[in-house]
Order: sequence, then C-alpha cells, then structure tokens
Amino acid sequence: MKKLVSLLLVLSMLSALLIGCGSTSADNNGAEAGTDSAAVEDTAAETDGTTEGEGFRVGGIGPLTGGAAVYGIAVKNGAQMAVDEINAAGGVNGVPLVFSFEDDEHDPEKAVNAYNTLKDWDMQLLMGTVTSTPCLAVAEETMNDNMYMLTPSGTAVECVQYDNAFRVCFSDPNQGAKSAEYIGTNKIATKVAVIYDSSDVYSSGIYTEFANSAAEYGIEIVAAEAFTSDNKTDFRIQLQKAKDGGAELVFLPIYYQEAALILSQANSMGFAPIFFGCDGLDGILSVEDFDAALAEGVMLLTPLVADENDKTKAFVAAYEAAYGETPIQFAANAYDAMYIIKAALEQSGAAADMSAEEICDLMKAAMLEITVDGITGEMTWTEDGEVNKEPKAVKIVDGAYTAM
Amino acid sequence: MSSFFTFLINGISLGSIYAIIALGYTMVYGIAKMLNFAHGDVIMVGSYMVFLSMGSLGLPPVLAVLLAVVVCTVLGITIEKIAYKPLRKASPLAVLITAIGVSYFLQNAALLFFGANTKMFTSVISLPAISLAEGQINITGETQVTIIVCIIIMIGLSLFIKKTKAGQAMLAVSEDKGAAELMGVNVNGTISLTFAIGSALAAVAGVLLCSTYPTLNPYTGSMPGIKAFTAAVFGGIGSIPGAFVGGILLGIIENLSKAYISSQLSDAIVFSVLIIVLLVKPTGILGTKISEKV
Repeated sequence: MKKLVSLLLVLSMLSALLIGCGSTSADNNGAEAGTDSAAVEDTAAETDGTTEGEGFRVGGIGPLTGGAAVYGIAVKNGAQMAVDEINAAGGVNGVPLVFSFEDDEHDPEKAVNAYNTLKDWDMQLLMGTVTSTPCLAVAEETMNDNMYMLTPSGTAVECVQYDNAFRVCFSDPNQGAKSAEYIGTNKIATKVAVIYDSSDVYSSGIYTEFANSAAEYGIEIVAAEAFTSDNKTDFRIQLQKAKDGGAELVFLPIYYQEAALILSQANSMGFAPIFFGCDGLDGILSVEDFDAALAEGVMLLTPLVADENDKTKAFVAAYEAAYGETPIQFAANAYDAMYIIKAALEQSGAAADMSAEEICDLMKAAMLEITVDGITGEMTWTEDGEVNKEPKAVKIVDGAYTAM
Repeated sequence: MSSFFTFLINGISLGSIYAIIALGYTMVYGIAKMLNFAHGDVIMVGSYMVFLSMGSLGLPPVLAVLLAVVVCTVLGITIEKIAYKPLRKASPLAVLITAIGVSYFLQNAALLFFGANTKMFTSVISLPAISLAEGQINITGETQVTIIVCIIIMIGLSLFIKKTKAGQAMLAVSEDKGAAELMGVNVNGTISLTFAIGSALAAVAGVLLCSTYPTLNPYTGSMPGIKAFTAAVFGGIGSIPGAFVGGILLGIIENLSKAYISSQLSDAIVFSVLIIVLLVKPTGILGTKISEKV
C-alpha cells in the first residue's frame, strides 16, 4: 500500500514536471520541447509564412512567458511582421529570411539553452536577446562562436561589448543621460527622487549615469532608493523617503510591473509627483487589471512615437491588425532590427549558404557602413556596437501614449 | 518623526502578515515535527482563489475570502494525506524533500492554470485611510485590517488551544506523540486539524498580502513564506506567541532598516539579526529547549 502511494506520488511529481514543460511549449509554439530533434521540427513548423529550408536563418531569443513576457512577445511579433514584409517584397536580394524564436523566460541559463537550440536549427544570424541579463550570457556564447548578434532591446553596456554584437536601442548610460537631459532642459523638475532595482543591470546602469549627469542639468537628487529582486513588493518606504525629500519628480528606471505597484502605492499614500521612466515602463498599460488612471501623466523616453509620421502610423496600423493590440516600442525595435539585418546583409554581399562565422565577419564591416531609416529614427552604428539616434519622449494621456 | 511612525506602522502591518504565515509553520512544526515548505505556496493558491472568485465569478469580497479559506483548508488536508502521512515514519530529510517537491508542484500547477503573467490584485478591503498629524501620517485601510486581523487570530488561536479539547490534544501530540496516542488522542486527526488551521490561516495571509501589495503571480508566496519561516525560527519554532513576536519584530526590523540604513541591505540585515539571535539564544526568542530523547 505504502509503495503504491509513493509510486503515485512520484508519478504525480513527474507529470507535474511534464505538464509544466508542456505548457511552456504550448504557449510559445514549441520553444523548449523535450528533445533536440523535436525542437527543430517544432520551430521549423512554427515559422509559418516563410519558406522552409533555403534562406538566411535568423534566430530570435526572448521571454515569451514569465514576468517580462510582454517584451518578448512584442519582439517576436514585430520581427515576424518585418520578416513577412521582407519576404513578400522579394527577400534579401531574392533570398528569403527564415525566422525562428525561442523562449528564455528572462533567465540567463534558459537563454543559453535557447541559443543552443537555435544553433542546432542551423541559425546564421541572431536577433536577440530581448532583455539585458540573458543578453549578457548569450553574448559570451556568440562571441565564442563568432555569431552575428543584433539585440533589439538589450540595453546593458556589456550586451554589445564584443565586435560581433550590435543593438537597435539605446544603452543604459545613454538612457540615463538622455533622461537627465530631457528633465533638465525641459524644466520638468529640479528635485528628483530615484527608485531603482539594484539587482538588475538595466536599472542600476541607467541610475548610475543619470546620477552622473544630473548636476549638469541642474537636477538635485533628493533621494536615491533601491530595491532588489527579492524584495520588490513594498515600495512605501522608498516613496515615503522621496516624499520627505520634497521630490517633484520620481525617476523610475525600472520595469513596468514594479512601476505599476509603485504607482498604486503612491496613490494610496496620497503622494502625486510626476513619474518619469525609460523604455522599461513601456508595457505598463498592458498589465492585466491595472487601473490605467494611475498611469495618467506618466512620462517616458521611448524610441517609438506612434503618431509621429506615416511610417510609424502604418506600422502601428499593421501591428494592430495582425495582433489586436497597440505595439510597444519593443515591437518597433524588433521590426527595425529585421530591416537592419536585411540592409546589412545586402551591403555585405553574404550568401545564404555561408556559415554563421563567414556571415558574421562580413556583417561586422557592413554594420558600420549602413544607414537605416527605421520607424524608431535614422540609425547608424559605431564600432563599439552602439546606435546613433535621437530619443523621443511620450506622456500617457487618457490611457494612451502621446507625443510630447 | 511622522515618517518614523509611518515606517513603524507599515513594519507592524508587514510583520502581522509574516506572523500569520509563521503560525502555519510553527504549528505544523510543533505537532508533526516537520518543516512544511509548501506553506508559502498555499498562500499563493488562496490569493488566486480570491482573485478568480472576485474577478470571474463576481463574488463579494467576504464570500471570496471564505471560499479561499475553504479551498486552502481542503488543499492543506489533501497535501497532508497524500504527501506527508505516508512518510510519517520516514526520516525527517525525506519529509523535508517531499515538502519542497509539493512546493514546486503547486508553483508549476499555478503556472499551468493561471499563466506566468503578473496580475493586479484588487484589494478586498475598502476601509478609508486614517490620517493623523495633519496628513503627515497616513494609515491605509489594508494596514488597519491586517493588524486587527492578526491580533484577532492570535487571541482566537491561543483560546482555542487552551480551552478546547482539540487544542489540548494538539498540545499533547506536540509534547509526546506516542504517549498521546496511548491516552486515546487521535494523532492523525490532530495532525490533519493542524494542517487545516495552518492552511486556512495561509489563505487569510494571502488575501492580506495581496491586498497590501497588489500583485499576484505563481511565485508570490515563496519569498513571504521564507521570511515567515525565518520569523518562526526567530521567535522560537513550535511556539505560537513566538511566531507572533518573531513576525512583528521581523517586519519592523525590515522596514526600519530599509528606511534608515539601506534599502538594498534590508534583507541582509534581517537575516543577520536572525543569525545573531540564534547564536545567543539557539531556541529563538520564546522557544523552549527540548531535550532530545535517545
């Protein structure tokens, strides 16, 4: 009897594990399938709309489940849209792009697993990863393999420290400095409190540079409060200190889930400063059951302004038609990333039957030569992998991002 | 000065939640001599029950909380019957590992049923905030309710153990399981009852936790669970007043060190205090020394 029960227990545990895995793969169309061969089949089948086999194999990595899923899904959708458009218009010099996306749950180890899965799929170029911490882990791997890597949204400085890596978005220091510049030159506030995540590369990177540049733009930092990933539910202390310091503006270089909590806790405390954030705040309006009224007036720096010009309007309309929601800037960065890959491939003269290393060597040179006029602005690249473009600020008005 | 009071009251409120969770750890430890690491995840299940019954079924808050309490009680008894009871004679290590397994089982089941995305939890408490000292100190409805509920639970539980037959049976089982059995106490029934009470309290703690910090995901219970376990050890594991004192102290230390020392180091400070207390008084603040029988 006892044996039977323990056997049942073991079985239930095992099935729980399997179910767990099964759900992830069901959610993201076949990422993390059980065996390698199954993964290859799944992902190949997943890239519907593209011809299988011949073509440049572009892999993507990002969180499709977990806390940062909003970003990964947006990147996957944005990139897929660009791939479909490029292929419909004849591909890269007549050769189509084949795109496959793997889930990393915003976890460095899983990101490396995803990278290996993609390598088994014979990936030639990597568009990823989406978030900074996994990006650093994958960057080490791509450097060893000499694999071309273009991150749409990995903002940590070290994401592109190797010469095979480039990015579409701004770096953390860049965002910190631009935020200080924006707040200072537009005279939004002089007394500023910062609440940042000291356990996160992205957040502390922005904070450090913001603090360095603040004085230059006449900003006084009255409180610099941190939290860690293990202690991120109670922000009342940090907010209270910001309030006591007389902050007119609270700078939030963090991701949107914590920001959503901060906004609601500030509201319950009766503290109503201006909230200012970076691209991590993008997505706050998509949080389930979040009272969008709390986010009213929140400002953020973002590369995408939906109603800026015809190109962005067309992108937003097409995205809404395809996926039924307003694109966040991650989708825009990923969309641009695919066009950047296309432009660089054309410039480099790479062929689809070349190995990943050969393509990477050609792409390194080509990236420095191209200028891409994307929906997030006109971009050129420097040798350190950084992009040159102008940031834009948006404000949340009536539950939508509005250009400032 | 007014911020000090705000920090203190928030600390007591956080500590009250830790205390309610710690009760579950401490009671189960006292009676079954095992660490039920799945306790934190029962909190999460309770929170999801309230979230779903208010959101999808549209139940009023009171009914939703009752439903969550019932579901968690049943869940607690079921876990005990399926996972722990067969191991009653096994080594403590096997039981501990099983408890960790149950914890992962619950987290992954929640991932499967509810998805990984963080949900915003609508507070079940609609009391207005109290404003003191000309608006300098603001005590939210959640804080008031949390502290009051914690005190009620503490008094109720003490009375239950002192005045009722079932409570006396619990004391007897925790003292000496074998002797209690010989005296005609239903040991298995008493252990089930302990799990039922612990899990019901977990549901209440979950509701209070998610009302104060309105996010919910499958891992919501794990960190508060560990903190509450720390609180139980801090106060003296196995002791009910110890869980109360440990929880409140832990909440206050955490909040004040966050406010006055460093917001990043608060966890390190909390756990350092635990280490120091255990070095000076290995049984915890209110724990009694149990001489192991050979």
